Amino acid sequence: MSGDPHYTLYHPRWYRRRVSVWWWLQNRAYAGFVLRELTSVFVAFFAVVYLWQLRALVQGPEAYAHFLARLGTPLFLVLHGVAFLFVLFHAVTWFNLAPKAMAVRLRGKRVPDWVVVGVNYAAWLFLSGAVAFIVLRG
Amino acid sequence: MPATVALTVTRYRPEKESEPTFQTYEVPFRKDWVILDALNYVKDRLDGSLSFRWSCRMGVCGSCGMKVNGTPKLTCAAFLSDHLPGPVRVEPLDYFPVVRDLVVDLTDFMRKLTKVKPWIVRKQERPLADGEYLQTPDQLDAYKQFSMCINCLLCYSACPIYGLEPTFVGPAAIALAQRYNLDSRDEGAVERLKILSGKDGIWECTFVGECTKVCPKNVDPAGAIQQYKLAGAAHWVKSLLLPWGAR
Repeated sequence: MSGDPHYTLYHPRWYRRRVSVWWWLQNRAYAGFVLRELTSVFVAFFAVVYLWQLRALVQGPEAYAHFLARLGTPLFLVLHGVAFLFVLFHAVTWFNLAPKAMAVRLRGKRVPDWVVVGVNYAAWLFLSGAVAFIVLRG
Repeated sequence: MPATVALTVTRYRPEKESEPTFQTYEVPFRKDWVILDALNYVKDRLDGSLSFRWSCRMGVCGSCGMKVNGTPKLTCAAFLSDHLPGPVRVEPLDYFPVVRDLVVDLTDFMRKLTKVKPWIVRKQERPLADGEYLQTPDQLDAYKQFSMCINCLLCYSACPIYGLEPTFVGPAAIALAQRYNLDSRDEGAVERLKILSGKDGIWECTFVGECTKVCPKNVDPAGAIQQYKLAGAAHWVKSLLLPWGAR
């Protein structure tokens, strides 16, 4: 195909369907995708809470106690619960997609998908364990 | 087993309709029939005015892609028996302009495909007397999956990003670009990256993953695009760390 196909764009008789605003409700895969994209909001929520915690820590023990009390309110408990579920969904869906992006080749052969996924989960477990160890030790 | 199956087909006759409509045909049910056989039965026996594209009947030419009950499929590879009891809904591929009935215009894809240089790019061609460019089976294996694409465009029809951003280069074209990037004989990866890392390229993709699911040749365009992103990001970091042309 060569030349400028300008006639296609303005062809008066061809029918172009508009994409509905609700396209993501068409099937489960699309809905799952949009849900996964939404999880980033909750990842950001945890980041903001973390920054807030750091600020309280810098401001002294009184501010930190105030921060902790605020986190204990029902609103924050519910928010944390919901955010946790979304972040879990975020982690699991992305880990499962990892082998698509990482085509690791060893000695000319592609490493099987389950190995790539497994390494991700192992690293997750290991790091979570390390953090839990540091936090719970004291 | 039913004796007949209802086939509900999109009709669009631009000379007399401004919008597509549906028409239902009753076709005989045969166990070994695919949707394309049923469409050909309609064309031959019931209504010669029905328009659709097909050629090879064996999943090689990539012309008979349509939406069957909402999912993009090659109609030569979709059995009637898998879509019982019917009615089976046959529509043209999404996001491409409909020319007539089930026929869509593919010019947009053809233009995008040439843009990504889907051929072997050499900085300097070797003289003919030096013989072929040799390749080991492992080197062939590195890109073979992506080379199986038959341009049937089911992946574009499954990609909501292409629907929302029609300027997006799209799954098949990027997978084919990656097919040449991974070819040991090719030296055009940087050239292609310049085109595909810009607007409308790989970063438009948000990894819905449906392109891979509908691909009849197991090309995995979604994987190709994500691997392309990784390579693109690595290239960018390298160019940042080694700004003196040592790349």
